[in-house]
Amino acid sequence: MTLDPLVLSRLQFAWVVAWHIIMPAVTIGLASYIALLEGIYFTTGKEIYFRISNFWIRIFAVCFGMGVVSGVVMPFQFGTNWSRFSDATANIISPMLAYEGLTAFTLEAGFLGVLLFGRKLVPRWAHFASAVLVAVGTLLSTFWILVTNSWMQTPGGYKLVDGIFYPTSWMEIIFNASFPYRFMHTVTAFYVTTGFVVMGVAAYLLHRGKSRDEARHMLSVTLWLLTVLVPLQIFLGDLHGLNTLKHQPAKLAAIEAHWESEARAPLALFAIPDQKAEKNHYVVEVPLLGSLILTHDVNGVVPGLKDFPPEDRAPAIIPFFAFRIMVGAGLVMLGLVAVGLWLRMRGKLYDSGWFQRTLIWSMPLGFIAVLAGWTTTEVGRQPWTVYGVMRTAHSVTPSLTGMDVLISLIGYMVVYLIMFPAGLWMVMRIVRAGVVKDGHAPVEAGRPAAPVKPVPGGGS
Amino acid sequence: MIFDFVPLWTLILGLAVFFYVLLDGFDLGVGILYNFAPNTPARNLLMNSIAPIWDGNETWLVLGGIGLLAAFPLAFAIILPAIYFPILVMLLALVFRGVAFEFRFRDAEHRTFWDHAFGYGSALATFAQGVVLGAFIQGFEVEGRHFTGGSFDCITPFSLFVGVALLFGYSLLGAGWLILKTEGNLQTQARNQARICFLGTLAAVGIVSIWTPLVDGGIAQRWFSWPNIAFLSPVPVLTALFGILEWRAIADRKSELGPFIYAVLLFCLSYLGIAISLFPMIVPHHYDLWQAASSPDTQIFLGVGTLFLLPVILVYTGWSYWVFRGKVRADTGYH
Repeated sequence: MTLDPLVLSRLQFAWVVAWHIIMPAVTIGLASYIALLEGIYFTTGKEIYFRISNFWIRIFAVCFGMGVVSGVVMPFQFGTNWSRFSDATANIISPMLAYEGLTAFTLEAGFLGVLLFGRKLVPRWAHFASAVLVAVGTLLSTFWILVTNSWMQTPGGYKLVDGIFYPTSWMEIIFNASFPYRFMHTVTAFYVTTGFVVMGVAAYLLHRGKSRDEARHMLSVTLWLLTVLVPLQIFLGDLHGLNTLKHQPAKLAAIEAHWESEARAPLALFAIPDQKAEKNHYVVEVPLLGSLILTHDVNGVVPGLKDFPPEDRAPAIIPFFAFRIMVGAGLVMLGLVAVGLWLRMRGKLYDSGWFQRTLIWSMPLGFIAVLAGWTTTEVGRQPWTVYGVMRTAHSVTPSLTGMDVLISLIGYMVVYLIMFPAGLWMVMRIVRAGVVKDGHAPVEAGRPAAPVKPVPGGGS
Repeated sequence: MIFDFVPLWTLILGLAVFFYVLLDGFDLGVGILYNFAPNTPARNLLMNSIAPIWDGNETWLVLGGIGLLAAFPLAFAIILPAIYFPILVMLLALVFRGVAFEFRFRDAEHRTFWDHAFGYGSALATFAQGVVLGAFIQGFEVEGRHFTGGSFDCITPFSLFVGVALLFGYSLLGAGWLILKTEGNLQTQARNQARICFLGTLAAVGIVSIWTPLVDGGIAQRWFSWPNIAFLSPVPVLTALFGILEWRAIADRKSELGPFIYAVLLFCLSYLGIAISLFPMIVPHHYDLWQAASSPDTQIFLGVGTLFLLPVILVYTGWSYWVFRGKVRADTGYH
């Protein structure tokens, strides 16, 4: 077997971005949660919010650190492995990435130091403002990176001259057809993911009988937020699906593993798509439901993969299963929120042992849904980097050999398999210690007085 | 075209890269010197002297990389594949080094491992950046719009030497920072280290300055032909002057800011020297700044925002440095 630099470069990009995306999935939500807690503490002065905030700031710091170092890797991937894509699309996407750096990264980095280390060094309002600005920074970053991603899915506002993209309308580039839906769907996904992490941690603390007051507070507020956000997310996902049907029919056909274009289409719950034979095996389907869900009309036409030449089709099996995993995880989350609401109405939310255990085990659900959703949308875009215009095969760096990419891929695998598990272990350690009630008394502005110890033997 | 934005973008990108070299330069330098710290309390102090600001410093690496993509995409698309492995080594080293800030404090049982991750990671990232610089000065094999050489071509005696040179250079900046931020024994040790790094940097800059014109006739022509030699003579003269001032500041126990400032000025002049050698080429021997530039629409759209945002960024970055001003002490306890 020969080593193909194209296949290996795709694997490498998938590897580094998959690990990277799970960090924002929790830091974007946590940044907003911390800003909320700091805001309540700033206005009410109640100590409990201060303690909860400090607890989550510690977890945030570990995750944010991993998000930064895995994020620095990303822009360089465009140059090292996808140089032809960079050369062709730079006129359009580089300002988006640069504005992400200028508006988001610098804001986060500038105020993160104050948020983490500066509580005793600046006035209280300045610390609160830093928390808000870090949260705003994470959202701006999401905005710009999803503009870039969405433009690759539904390109607009450009003209193509000699294989190079040139901008014709920045409004059409930024607010391209899929961007508003993708942005809302992704931000909500990140909030929901964080919400299930916070609920899981709260359930763990309740289960272990630690920091009970703080844990009840975390669980209660987060459950109310999720009661709104999870149904909202399913609604937004449906809108996003309609948008895909309109602008990326080949992708929708691949997601549904739907070969023949037809009205009154069934919905395949399970199938093994066979790309070569252009059909599915072992199909379990519900009549009419496909048209109803995808087009909101029983007589609606669902596009089929055979409408498109074989070389323009995504490999159906991956988006087909990834999409079902995402939807499945979403429905489980909806069920959990409903159960939580029911327990709350019966006044048993904080005392139900089995519900606490369930919440602890459902912490990965959000991450699974995020990764599956991302896989659906990115593999569904294939064989294109810029949908319908530039092929993935024409985007890769021409000078690379398979061996080059194999070496770098192994390097990224080894390093990430050390770093991310170590980080997870450290987060678990912070959680196990519970909410610290030590000398974190509220401090006014001024120079620091006493040392602060996070864990026994943990340094200065 | 109404207005030529290329000179403006050259200036912005030049400044962004220079900010990166200075800012991450000194905190990578502190990371290199970390390998020589005598004990755990000293390592705690060294790390705390940069913990609140390293993240902001590293942001300039992303801004520099994206800036090159935005302003001169053709250069980005040719150069990055050519330095595939130095970039890989730099990124992986930065991963280890970056997470060590948090992990070292949280994972006391494996502190030695994270100490090494931080110290060696900083040194390796610096070395890789030096190799990138060396490879860039040497130039690349190009056909049309692509790099056509092999991924290991950038590893040459010259680029490896520049890698070593940068180890001394960043360490000098780092030692200057430590003289500013520490006191007592640690400061004395930083002064001794600064002296060694200064001599190393001086020797390295001297050798590179002789080696470069020997490898590249065009660069020799630029510096030594008349009347260039007269216009450009202030560069070596000022370098010598700041070198003497740096040496004296390191020795002068009352001077706490001097060693850092003169080291910065020396970096400034070396940077200027490289720019003079290569201008106006952005892909040496192949494409100049105008040929590699992005579309005017792109440069205008991003330029407007950048001119507005850069001063704001500099102000609040300055503020966060101000918050953490003064000597770093064991009882400051950021962690």
